[in-house]
Amino acid sequence: MAAYLLRRLLQSALILLGVSFITFVLLYVLPADPVRQIAGRSATAQTVENIRHELGLDQPFVIQYLHYLWGMVQGDLGRSYLQKTEVAALIAARLPATLLLMLGAIACELVIGLTMGVFAALRRGTAFDHSLMMVSFVTVSAPQFVVGLLLLYVFAVQLGWFPIGGYGTFAHLVLPSLTLGILGSGWYSRMMRSSMLDVLRADFIRTARAKGLSRARIVLAHALPNAILPVIAMIGIDIGVFMGGIVVVESVFGWPGIGQLAWQAIQRVDIPIIMGVTLVSAMAIVLGNLLADLITPFIDPRIKLK
Amino acid sequence: MKPAADAALKSRSGADLAPDAAPVLMVENLTVSVRTDEGVKPLVRDMSFGLRRGETLCIAGESGSGKSITSLAIMGLLPPPAVRVTGGSIRLGETDLNTLGEAQMRRVRGDRIAMIFQEPMTSLNPVMTVGTQLAEAIRAHDDVSRSAARDRALAALKSVRLSQPERRMSQFPHELSGGMRQRVMIAMALALRPEVLIADEPTTALDVTVQREVLDLLRDLQRDTGTAIILITHDMGVVAEMADRVIVMRDGAMVEEAAARALFSSPRAQYTRDLLAAVPRMGQGALRPPVDNAPVARLCDVVVRFPIRGGVFGRTTHLVHAVEHVSFEIRKGETFALVGESGCGKSTIAKAMVGLVPHQGRIEIGQERLADMRGAAMQALRRRIQMVFQDPMAALDPRMTVGGQIAEPLLIHGIGDSAERRSRAADLMARVGLTVDQYDRYPHEFSGGQRQRICIARALALNPDLIIADESVSALDVSVQARVLDLLRELQVEFGIAFLFISHDMAVVDNISDRVGVMYLGQIVELGTRAQIFGNPQHAYTRRLIEAVPVPDPAFVRPVLDRLTGDVPSPVFAAGRGPKQVRLADVGGGHLVADGVE
Repeated sequence: MAAYLLRRLLQSALILLGVSFITFVLLYVLPADPVRQIAGRSATAQTVENIRHELGLDQPFVIQYLHYLWGMVQGDLGRSYLQKTEVAALIAARLPATLLLMLGAIACELVIGLTMGVFAALRRGTAFDHSLMMVSFVTVSAPQFVVGLLLLYVFAVQLGWFPIGGYGTFAHLVLPSLTLGILGSGWYSRMMRSSMLDVLRADFIRTARAKGLSRARIVLAHALPNAILPVIAMIGIDIGVFMGGIVVVESVFGWPGIGQLAWQAIQRVDIPIIMGVTLVSAMAIVLGNLLADLITPFIDPRIKLK
Repeated sequence: MKPAADAALKSRSGADLAPDAAPVLMVENLTVSVRTDEGVKPLVRDMSFGLRRGETLCIAGESGSGKSITSLAIMGLLPPPAVRVTGGSIRLGETDLNTLGEAQMRRVRGDRIAMIFQEPMTSLNPVMTVGTQLAEAIRAHDDVSRSAARDRALAALKSVRLSQPERRMSQFPHELSGGMRQRVMIAMALALRPEVLIADEPTTALDVTVQREVLDLLRDLQRDTGTAIILITHDMGVVAEMADRVIVMRDGAMVEEAAARALFSSPRAQYTRDLLAAVPRMGQGALRPPVDNAPVARLCDVVVRFPIRGGVFGRTTHLVHAVEHVSFEIRKGETFALVGESGCGKSTIAKAMVGLVPHQGRIEIGQERLADMRGAAMQALRRRIQMVFQDPMAALDPRMTVGGQIAEPLLIHGIGDSAERRSRAADLMARVGLTVDQYDRYPHEFSGGQRQRICIARALALNPDLIIADESVSALDVSVQARVLDLLRELQVEFGIAFLFISHDMAVVDNISDRVGVMYLGQIVELGTRAQIFGNPQHAYTRRLIEAVPVPDPAFVRPVLDRLTGDVPSPVFAAGRGPKQVRLADVGGGHLVADGVE
């Protein structure tokens, strides 16, 4: 177990190294010049060169990258070009909000998605099943800013049940979590439905029925734990999908997380922040996957981590 | 219904039989139908039988005969909503099961009628401990505390003679072997002392020695509890050993019902006679002159080990010793059989011979060494060895015409143009007993036996020297099996093909092989001609295998052996260790026997 964890963490470090390199290359070849952004339109060529030199952007690519890497292993993600503050500190200040939003969203999508999937499977082929799957199709296809704005309009503007935007109380969390979660719930309901249908056909379900168990016990104790196994692996991967959605949803709801930070940084070509947010997202995905793999053996005794 | 002479007071298991007047289960004119797009089709028609306390009734028949549907109908487990009981009655004691609602039926299932199934590997919930699965069956019917249920579950495990029952309680199904899992299923079924136990092919998926243990166990438990058993099987050997009475089914209808001895000694229906004639029996293979041709394949000291990795750097910590120092040769036109139980390494040898798994040691095909060959030479070698697998449906591409699949080896090896390939494939189809107009059909349009013929035709396409038949007839019904074996023999005579015939079925091996190698835990423990192995088995394991085979004759009295509960040891060893290597000694006439194992 310890050996497994160590090996996985080493692998994770390698993945982060790869991500940092690819992102760095992409930002280096970007046609937008961050120095121009900082200097402003009226700056002289001399000023521009001074700033470039000051930021170390006149150095060769390899030196720049190694420099960044050296900082990275020490936990230093550089300073924002424009805000002049530590990127690590900026991210650390906003990370809790994003994590909270992600937790809320995961809770939403699992509760909605798994329930829908289980009930659709149990009533397979009925009008109920078809309409649930239709709903899941719509939620999978709907763009998040549309869903977000719609929820805002109905529940915040018209009904006034929830605040329009911002951060602080549980009420603030509901609409953004729902917006993110609804998209995921479509995926999860479909996945859970097909997984559940597979399990319901399994021989051990027939055994459970032959034992004379109640329907509730068959579904809850026998079918569900088996059907949920492939879904757990999915949650790990899903965090990556979230990262994309979070940029949109945080903007729509004025949620002060790293998605907003990233969005602002992209507009201003604030490369250190973009790098930093990308790395943190990558780390979240890697850790999410690791976590999913670590949880699985607790539900499936056949899996041993070696 | 039952001849008076047979209405003895004891059943064959030794259980007391209830008087004829009081059957525990009475099935009358049972009809089960399926609703399809073309209307309602009957799957089972007009089944009637009674089952007495302490009695074993075997329902025998080939696939599709409706025997499993009958059992599911009794359990009320027919797949809804398409398949339903459309006529007749099923009475358990005074209760008509057909009139019960689902909630009432649930109280009957597991409590008064229990069932065990064919596949012990998949019939238990993989994520729940054995103890919990047993205890929940008890608690579903008896209002007892958790700890009382566990005590009874443990007692049930002890009654099925499972080793280390306390430990098994907290184990998960994947930690047990197939035979142990089937014991757990039996413990679960009998924990509540049901009046009727339905066993649907309970030993079909098990090795022959394990089958023997499970059949012995069922018999002993019946003697102790008096449970009436409905045993559903395709294996006439199992019928002969277990049945008090037999019902033979075909196409959803009863063909014949008789006491076991009467059925085997004087079958009335033609179908029963055909079925019994097709059953492979030991000691009935035709004597053939020894084959002394040049070898087409020679294995010398072949070793196959699979690494199990672990630790931070994924180093090999353990090895699966699948094949250990195996040597034999297969001569042109000869059938060499490898027999042994699951996990003994017989299929791994086949894979090594076609280069699908890496091996150490020496495998020669013709005069060439397998390990030296790359690219074009390897490709040429592949023409000379072909394989036929166990499950023909899985071995055929469902989206490709069967003609196309038979011609495909020719295409891969660039032989002929498309018209020539087509005509060769059509010839092959005719040769294996299919018709040419079936060329453009798809695998699902054929029966199991026909599909295996397609696989054989495909294997023949390249005129191979050697065909490896890996359990090729194991999944087929006996009558189909007999015809496929005949076909293989004809092809051997006609084309001089050598067969490596891999099987767990001793009776089939005794019928088809020239020479036999017996494998145990990756090693050959006995090797000789068919007459030497079956007529004069020397190694203890060979004897155990042969003795375990059910004999299709109810009059056969089996020598009383110890009730075995042992399991085959694991072939997994820590790196640097390994199994003890056996040495083969010639006991005369090329009959090789291992020393010192067991």
